[in-house]
Amino acid sequence: MSHRKKAAAQVTLLLAGAAMLCFGVWRGEAATVLSKAIKLCLECVGIG
Amino acid sequence: MGKKFSNVSQALSRLRGWIQAGAALLTNLHLPNFLKGGLYQGAGKTVCVPGLNCYSCPAASGACPIGAFQAVVGSSKFSFSYYITGFLILLGVLLGRFICGFLCPFGWFQELLHKIPTKKLSTKKLKPLTYLKYAVLLVMVFLLPAFLVNDVGMGDPFFCKYLCPQGVLEGAIPLSLANSGIRAALGKLFTWKFSILLSVIALSVLFYRPFCKWLCPLGAFYALFNRVSLFQMKVDKNKCVSCGKCAKACKMDVDVTKTPNHTECIRCGMCVRACPTSAVSFRYGFGDGKKEPANELKTEETK
Repeated sequence: MSHRKKAAAQVTLLLAGAAMLCFGVWRGEAATVLSKAIKLCLECVGIG
Repeated sequence: MGKKFSNVSQALSRLRGWIQAGAALLTNLHLPNFLKGGLYQGAGKTVCVPGLNCYSCPAASGACPIGAFQAVVGSSKFSFSYYITGFLILLGVLLGRFICGFLCPFGWFQELLHKIPTKKLSTKKLKPLTYLKYAVLLVMVFLLPAFLVNDVGMGDPFFCKYLCPQGVLEGAIPLSLANSGIRAALGKLFTWKFSILLSVIALSVLFYRPFCKWLCPLGAFYALFNRVSLFQMKVDKNKCVSCGKCAKACKMDVDVTKTPNHTECIRCGMCVRACPTSAVSFRYGFGDGKKEPANELKTEETK
């Protein structure tokens, strides 16, 4: 991969990542994450 | 400029243990919760931490990216998580598997176990197992939670439930010690997960980072971005004397002179320290730094 192509891929991926992150927050995924993360995850600790 | 990169690389690789300890502490800031037997419940848990760290750890400051992804795709509202995928793409491009080598608490835990003085075994002949983690990422983290759902459209977090040893290490063990209710609720699933944890511990003493190499879905995701990550390995062909010391020093079985941005490279810097001529260094920036063609080794970019 040439220097330019690689730099272009990096910039594109950074923009895509930022856009996806913002879209996810906009449609309420962050609230779902918070509601799961503040409670004891029964599956994670092996209760079921 | 080259010497500056080399000095920074040497310092970074020498300080790695301290950086790992600091990252583990920052990832688990709420230490008094270990005594209370409860979880931190602040807004900080909206944001994911970069490494594999269970959000059911009493001290956890943020959410586990793998747990959070499964929580979103397994919920009745969503079947894909743009929030977590976008976050992981950003981290993958900005740092790649540097996160595994420097910032992941479970990676550090395995490394500490590997320091126990016993006979050490090579993983070079077990290379096919490194592909297993991609299957874990695809099947247990994405497909099963998204498509194996109950009547109300909710799926289990299969990786967290059946495979992740971090939930037992950081969650079940400290919580059950402090809370008799949790202790009483532990059953067969806990026994299964505890067996996995014991196996990973035993393997970590013998092999270098077995979970990272073979099973970790987070490492698999970051590995996909190692080639395009801004954090890269650089080999100066004018300085390289082809002694092979870098490849010999690498515990992730990578030859940095051939594939500096190999998917398995966790940027630990063992090769940087092993190089007698300071030909290997870290590089951070866009592109591949080949604006100065005389300074680069012709490398095999594909894995």
